Amino acid sequence: MNFLLTHALEITLWLPFLGMFLLGIFGGSRGGALLNIGLSALSFASSVALAWGIYIHAIPNLSPQKWFYIDEFNVYLIVLTAFVGLNTAIFSRSYMSYEIAKGKLSQNQMRLYHAMYQGFMFAMLLALTTNNLGLLWVAMEAATLATVLLVSLYRTPESIEAAWKYFILCGVGIAQALFGTVLLYFAAEQVIPEHQEALLWNVLAAHSGELEPVVLSIAFVFLLVGYGTKVGLVPLHNWLPDAHSEGPTPMSAVLSGLLLNVALYALVRMKVLVDGSLHNHLAGHLMMGFGLLTFLVAALFLHRQRDIKRMYSYSSIEHMGLMTFAFGVSTAMSTFAALLHMAVHSLTKSAIFITVGHATHIAGSQQIDKMRGLILTQPSVGWGLLLGTAAIAGFPPFGVFMSEFLLISATMKQYPWLVVPLLLGLTIAFAGLFKHVQPMVFGEPPNGQKPVLANMLPVLLQLGLVLCLGLFLPNFLTDWFQRAADFLSHSTLWNELI
Amino acid sequence: MNIANLSHYEQAIFVLSALVLYTSFSMLAQSRLFNLINIFAWQGTLLGITAALVAFISNQPHLYISALLTLVLKAWLIPWMLRKQVMRLKLQREIETLATPTLTSLAGVGLVIFSYYIALPIKSLSNSITRNTISESLAIVLLAMLLIITRRQAVSQVVGFMAIENGLFFAALVSTYGMPMIVELGIAFDVLVAAVLFGVFFFEMRSSIDSLDVDQMNRLHEVDKR
Amino acid sequence: MELSLFANWFLAGLQTLLLIALAPLLLGWIRACKAMLHNHSPASLWQPYRDLRKFFRKEVVVADGASWLFRATPYIVLGTMILSAGVVPLVATDLPTAAIADVIVLTSFFALARFFSALAAMDTGTAFGGMGASREMMLSALAEPAMLMAVFTLSMTANTTNLSSTIEYLLQHGLVLRPSFIFAALGLMMVAIAETGRIPIDNPSTHLELTMVHEAMILEYSGRHLGLIEWAHQIKLMVYGVLIANLFIPWGIATTLTPEALGIGVLAIIGKLMILGVVLAIYETTLAKLRLFRAPDYLSFAFLLSLLGMLSHVILEVG
Repeated sequence: MNFLLTHALEITLWLPFLGMFLLGIFGGSRGGALLNIGLSALSFASSVALAWGIYIHAIPNLSPQKWFYIDEFNVYLIVLTAFVGLNTAIFSRSYMSYEIAKGKLSQNQMRLYHAMYQGFMFAMLLALTTNNLGLLWVAMEAATLATVLLVSLYRTPESIEAAWKYFILCGVGIAQALFGTVLLYFAAEQVIPEHQEALLWNVLAAHSGELEPVVLSIAFVFLLVGYGTKVGLVPLHNWLPDAHSEGPTPMSAVLSGLLLNVALYALVRMKVLVDGSLHNHLAGHLMMGFGLLTFLVAALFLHRQRDIKRMYSYSSIEHMGLMTFAFGVSTAMSTFAALLHMAVHSLTKSAIFITVGHATHIAGSQQIDKMRGLILTQPSVGWGLLLGTAAIAGFPPFGVFMSEFLLISATMKQYPWLVVPLLLGLTIAFAGLFKHVQPMVFGEPPNGQKPVLANMLPVLLQLGLVLCLGLFLPNFLTDWFQRAADFLSHSTLWNELI
Repeated sequence: MNIANLSHYEQAIFVLSALVLYTSFSMLAQSRLFNLINIFAWQGTLLGITAALVAFISNQPHLYISALLTLVLKAWLIPWMLRKQVMRLKLQREIETLATPTLTSLAGVGLVIFSYYIALPIKSLSNSITRNTISESLAIVLLAMLLIITRRQAVSQVVGFMAIENGLFFAALVSTYGMPMIVELGIAFDVLVAAVLFGVFFFEMRSSIDSLDVDQMNRLHEVDKR
Repeated sequence: MELSLFANWFLAGLQTLLLIALAPLLLGWIRACKAMLHNHSPASLWQPYRDLRKFFRKEVVVADGASWLFRATPYIVLGTMILSAGVVPLVATDLPTAAIADVIVLTSFFALARFFSALAAMDTGTAFGGMGASREMMLSALAEPAMLMAVFTLSMTANTTNLSSTIEYLLQHGLVLRPSFIFAALGLMMVAIAETGRIPIDNPSTHLELTMVHEAMILEYSGRHLGLIEWAHQIKLMVYGVLIANLFIPWGIATTLTPEALGIGVLAIIGKLMILGVVLAIYETTLAKLRLFRAPDYLSFAFLLSLLGMLSHVILEVG
């Protein structure tokens, strides 16, 4: 037990790395999917141990060689990532076996898929845990590289097109982030004597007040464009719906649920440094502007979609915009809301994508027009889709309602007139989602539509969690969120509440 | 800082950096695929030499490793891979029609001026010898993006993608004498993996849409039109 | 040894005469180099002189409708070329003509000559004349900005547009590796090639009606007139050569007016021009002539080079 506690970080991180090679060899065999689940489960278990360690003893806040840094902000994201990773791995077993049975995928492709799944998890976890902002960039780029072949897994012209767009747009975008990182390093070098440590987050955060404001503001623009591309901020979001709709559905689930979060995580880390140096709201205002634009544009685009996965990916863009906006408002309360929203959105959205995966198998198509009467054909999938959509649209008592409510209250305090577009956007998105979902769930099922073998356990777990988070927040989570929010917004929640 | 007061080694860095910028421009104007790859290899070579020279005058031994890495990766390995793929795809004689080469070059000049203004405040804070070239590095990044935008050929876009990495390496080199070693290695690894993946892509693209023209990829729309 | 004012002017005149007299020789040298590169046995270096002598002996034939402009143009063209020859520092910088040795003056001399050639070409009313004139104007409209941009790059470095002062400034600072000069030199060379009607813009040795530019303009000229224009053309080539040689490799030029310095100056410029001639011959041998409507691309590339020179000066060399 003690060993697990002290080495939780290493196990969480290196297990997927090892898994990448293991699955590269055995991933195509019958047990590949099970191995994938097993590795993900172990990784999740050790991430829980890591979180437990942080909660009890605060180990390892900073790993011995300063390679890794765990604080309240990233610890819950690590657990979240491992959890969603595990659930999606469970889902992907049934989903992928169906695809193989249909003859859409070969053994080799399955090997690639499983290996890259673990590779992607490794890149995500590395990005979250690393203390070095340069490595954070490397991990983000590696995450793109790991997923790009998965987007084109089916080798259809559409999937190739989607993957190419994803590759080029994200590659070019994230290059801007590297330029921003170089500028950050440049600014850090002037004040931090030990150059090898000038990109370490804990060192930078300690010196953020001394960093040159002009350089940092230029750097932030590049970082915003770079990581913003990955977050899916308008107008750099083009790759996102394509990549989501053309890849295998488990991929869509982890892209929406995890990759976008991690990109936003990177952006927020940078924002803290910039805020510390600038002492004004430049970074916050930029994020608010882009966030709001993204939110509104995506809400409008929701209406015009005919592909169910595209529709939900626009919903993801919309929510990422909302989070970016919330981090941009940068009061402790809005940051709290954003952190909570990150968690509930990940859980809900990946649950939705899992359900959608089964739904597309039932209907044999991703076209919304062709999906009808899910609740009659297979009640579990129909209900899952309905409840998931209700949750993501912000129905009480789900967690998304809670976080959106918090966000709107926080906005009301700071920028009362911005509440209007927020509410408007939420309404538009709500209408758009239900316009499409209602006939899919309740419509008349086409003749001969048969249920499929669906594993709804992950959906149940995740939606249940979202419901719980909407009803009450456990103490340790509030504690983390609150401390993270205080730290990220350079203020204290309690002061704001009083 | 007047160039006449610097040593010849330092002047040579400026000359090399100007030549790197020039290679970026000639990539913009080059319509033959094979020549484009050759120019890209030249850019990598020039960058490697520049890195070695900077290592020499600033006395930063770790930059020799970066220089070597650049020479191996950007000047030899990646161009070699690209050439081989072009041969296998039988695109040696491929000539891309450039819609408006003059306008593109002028837009490139505009980008150089733009990056000059962006980099002015950064330059004024730096006291490295190479501070004047920071804006050039940004210009190389932006010119490579322009290359990607103006090209319709997948291989050319990949060359642009790699040229962006060149610009970023150059930026790190001249503004801070390189990033920490671990980051440089990570970036080099990413670039290498990207190069391999691009190679895989060319073949997938060829087999699925029978062309490497990205304009042929027009099935996905922001809003479904059907 | 201080020479009197008269002696200085005498030297300046001598320098101009030297340039004018050597101009056909440079052309002969380039032709000889080219012939050797093509594995021909070269004509004598003095062949251009013989050609000129032949032209001057022949009868002048003037078209019926031609006006005085047609007759006056050869003299105007040669006159402006001789003036520009006087302006360019050939062997020494410290001469009285240095005061007007300004790049802008030089460019306007060229423009003046071109203006009159174009008018005269259209004067006879033949199709070729008009065609050549319009082509020439199109090319020069593109070439002139590139040339000015290239020389301004140097001027910005030396803080003057005066050629002699620029050369003296460069000599004072010794060898400095300036990125801007590389681009400016390349840009200026490309402009020089276009302006003197050589490959790849124009082919001086053919009269192919579809492609010729300069030759089309002077198609109606004969005898003495043709000789004058040919000679002016050779001087132009020489002036460009001297400009490039002395601006970018200024070493050797005489800054004082002692006999030794002047002697070295003469030898230096002859050496530099010989090298330049070889370079030009190689360049022309390796390239094919461009189609006429590709010429704007060529010249915009020259302009781009000059612009890059200017930008690298601003970005890299100051501040």
